This record gives sequence, structure tokens and C-alpha cells, in this order.
Amino acid sequence: MTSPGLLAAAGQVGEGFFHERSSGTLPCQARTSHLFCFDWARENIDRYGTPTVQHLELVVFSLLLGFAVAFVLALLAHRTRWLRPPLLASTGVLYTIPSIAFFFLLLPITGRGRDTAIIVLAAYTLQIIYRNTMVGLDNVPESAKDAARGMGFTERQILWRIELPLATPEIVAGLRIASLSTVAIATLAVFAGAGGLGTQIYGQGNLTFPTTIIIAGGIAILMALALDIMLLLVQRLTTPWRKAAAA
Amino acid sequence: MSAPYPLLASFGGAIEFIFTPQESNVTGGKKVGGFDKVVELMLKQLEVTALALALALIIALPIGLWLGHRGKGELLAIGIGNAGRAIPELALIALVAALIGVGLLNLTPALAVIGIPPILTNAYTGVRQVDRPTVDAARGIGMTELEIIRRVELPMAIPTVMGGIRGAAIAILATATIAPLAGVESLGDFIINENVYGDNGVLAGALLVALMALALEGSLAFLQSRLTSDGLKLKTV
Repeated sequence: MTSPGLLAAAGQVGEGFFHERSSGTLPCQARTSHLFCFDWARENIDRYGTPTVQHLELVVFSLLLGFAVAFVLALLAHRTRWLRPPLLASTGVLYTIPSIAFFFLLLPITGRGRDTAIIVLAAYTLQIIYRNTMVGLDNVPESAKDAARGMGFTERQILWRIELPLATPEIVAGLRIASLSTVAIATLAVFAGAGGLGTQIYGQGNLTFPTTIIIAGGIAILMALALDIMLLLVQRLTTPWRKAAAA
Repeated sequence: MSAPYPLLASFGGAIEFIFTPQESNVTGGKKVGGFDKVVELMLKQLEVTALALALALIIALPIGLWLGHRGKGELLAIGIGNAGRAIPELALIALVAALIGVGLLNLTPALAVIGIPPILTNAYTGVRQVDRPTVDAARGIGMTELEIIRRVELPMAIPTVMGGIRGAAIAILATATIAPLAGVESLGDFIINENVYGDNGVLAGALLVALMALALEGSLAFLQSRLTSDGLKLKTV
């Protein structure tokens, strides 16, 4: 059906990319200016399974690591005031370094692969989560803490049973912002050799094939949206009194 | 014993690459890198960033300030800010290059798209946070709406507005690193074309991009403190 010339042309662009699945070239695939090739998408949609799972793993592990570190730092700074400026400055520096540069700066130390990507993505979330946690803790009304003190709460009880629950909306808001940007930036993890959806954008021949860029980018956006909705639900579930107040 | 030495060697190699041209495996004897090339690519990266930031500012700043002033379009201003974070930069740049074309003219609007959300959201929230009685007082002494924005709301919102501009500048500079995918040679060239520049080139590129981002952030923070009126600084202490 397809002329050898067309195949050769597609092969030049794709280097095997187009031939893995289909025995011939689909008509819309050969035209690089074609916005979206539905025939190709139908035939190849399952090749996005593994990258999507990898991508989700990168995001979830980075968020967990980032949250754990930022949370501990925020608790430390909450107790020890002089730690605040240096912590804000150092998380700020980590936030400022572009992730793609950060990947390559870590290569000589941690090598290529998932660990490097997770460290960088987690470092990027620190500033947002740390700052929101601090804002949340600072916004707890002094009267609430006084009331707890009057009831005989220890400082530790005040932290865990008064301050942190009241700070939860801000903390989760920070997590939501962090998760949105982490899903997007994790597409760059392909440069660290960590897989993910970026492989379907930056891989062989992909850059000239809009269909795959749209599918991979679309999955990333949907993933960000899904995580955001999940975190919104977490926020609702962990702050039942807000609902009561609104009603 | 030897553990720290390869590390020192790799960063040493990167620094050598920055100052003196190096042999390459693929250029047929032609040397790559070196100070002149580094300066050239840094300037290019800065140019791309400045153009895109200017475009984002021209579009997002007036809209954000105006919406904040009128107290309208919260959903638009905040929604775009959140949606903007979810745009995968790599997909955006790759798509623009594949569909519209390569070159500075196509890349600049794509990068501006990345800068618009933080500027818009922060301009909006910054102005919204300005004390309403102050605005009413300004109106009372006969200021026009534009004067109120320019002489009352904007000066008081500077810390938040500048926060958005800093975020946008850093995001654009970071994304300008993958500009070579859209046919514009930036510092990312050292990073992406590993086969040409070698390990030293890649590390040198990463180092330079990181330093540029920190320098840009530092100068914008300085600009912010210059723009913030002394009265506002007293309040935050």
C-alpha cells in the first residue's frame, strides 16, 4: 500500500519509531504538519502505559520526600525562630535552580536515573510546602492556643492537636501547588534518564510528530488535574469543621 | 580514598570547558566550548528570556492589575495561574516547534505563555490585598481610576507583583534551556548536545544555567527592594 519512498522518509525522521507497531506507515503519520493522527493514536495508545506509571511514581515519591523534609524543616523553624531566614533562603536557592540544570549537576554524584530525578523534583517542592506550612502555623489564632493552654495542653499537644489541624488547609494548598508543578516538570526527567512521559516527547522522532507530544502532554495535564482533585478531597476530609462553618 | 577525586575532576573539567575550548569526538578536530562560546550562548539565553518576559509582562500585568482593581474575574486570574502550573514545558516547546515552527519568533510567545500565569495571578492578588479604605481615600481626593492603580495600588502591591514577576522570570529562564529543541541556541545547547560537547560541556552548561538563574533571582530581589517604598518596609518589620 505504502510507497517505499514514504517509508524511507518516515524512517529518517522516526528511526524505527514508526515501525515498531504498524507494518506500514499510516497516511497521516508521514505528514509532520498533521495536528493529530487518530489512526496512530488508536493503534499505539498502550505504549503510554509504562511511561505514565513511571511518571506517576516520580511525582508521588518526590512529593512524599519533599513533604517529609519540608514538614520537618517547618516544625524545626516553628520552634527555633532563628532558623527561619537561613531555611527560607536555602529552600529558595533549590527552588531557583532550573530542574534541568539540577539533573545534570547531580549526575556526577548520584548518576543517571530515577533517584536523581526524585531528589531534584523533591528539592523543587521544598520551598512551596515549607512556606505554606509556616504560613499555616503562623496563622493559628493566639486565642486558640491560649484556650488550649488553659485546658492544660502541653506545647507538644498544642502543636499536634491545635496548630497542625488548623494549619491543614494551608499545608494541603501548598501540596496542591507543588503537585501541579511537579507533574509538569517531571516530563523533563527524561534528561536525567529517569523515564516518564517525557520519553514520549523527547524520544527518537517524537519531536517532529505532534500526535505523540499531544498525547503525552495531555496525559500529564490529566494527571495533574486528578492529583489536584484528590488533594482537594484530602483537604475536605481532614478539615470537617470548615464544612460545618460554611453550612 | 579516591571517592572525592572523580567528583572534583568532573567539576574541574566543566570549569576548564568554560574557559578554554576542548576537543570534541564529533566535530572533526574543531574545538568546542570556551569562553567566547559561553558568553555568546549566555547572552542568547538572556535575550530569549528578556523578550519572553517582556511579552508576558505586556500581556499579563495590565490585565491582572485591572482585574484586581475592579475586583472582577477572580476565577480567571486565579484559575489561569493554577492551570499554567500544570502545562508541561517540554510538551509546550516541542509542540510549538513541531506545529508552528522553530526560531526566536515562534519560541518567544511559547515561553511567554509560561510567564503569564504567575504575573497575572500575583498582580491580581496583590492589588486585591490593598486596603479598600485607602483606595476610597484616593478616589475621594479626586484621583482617576488609572491614577489609583498607578500611584496607590501598584506601589502597595509591589512585593506581591514582583513575586510573580520573579517566578515568571525564573520559569522562563529555566525553560529557555530547552530552546535548542525549537532551533534557538541557548546554554541548553551544551546540555542537550551531549555528543558534541561531552560530559564536561554538559556539566558546564548545567552549572552556568544554575548560576544565571541565581543571578537573575538576586537582581530581581534587589530591584524589588528598590521599588518597595520605605513605608511598606517599615510595616513588614
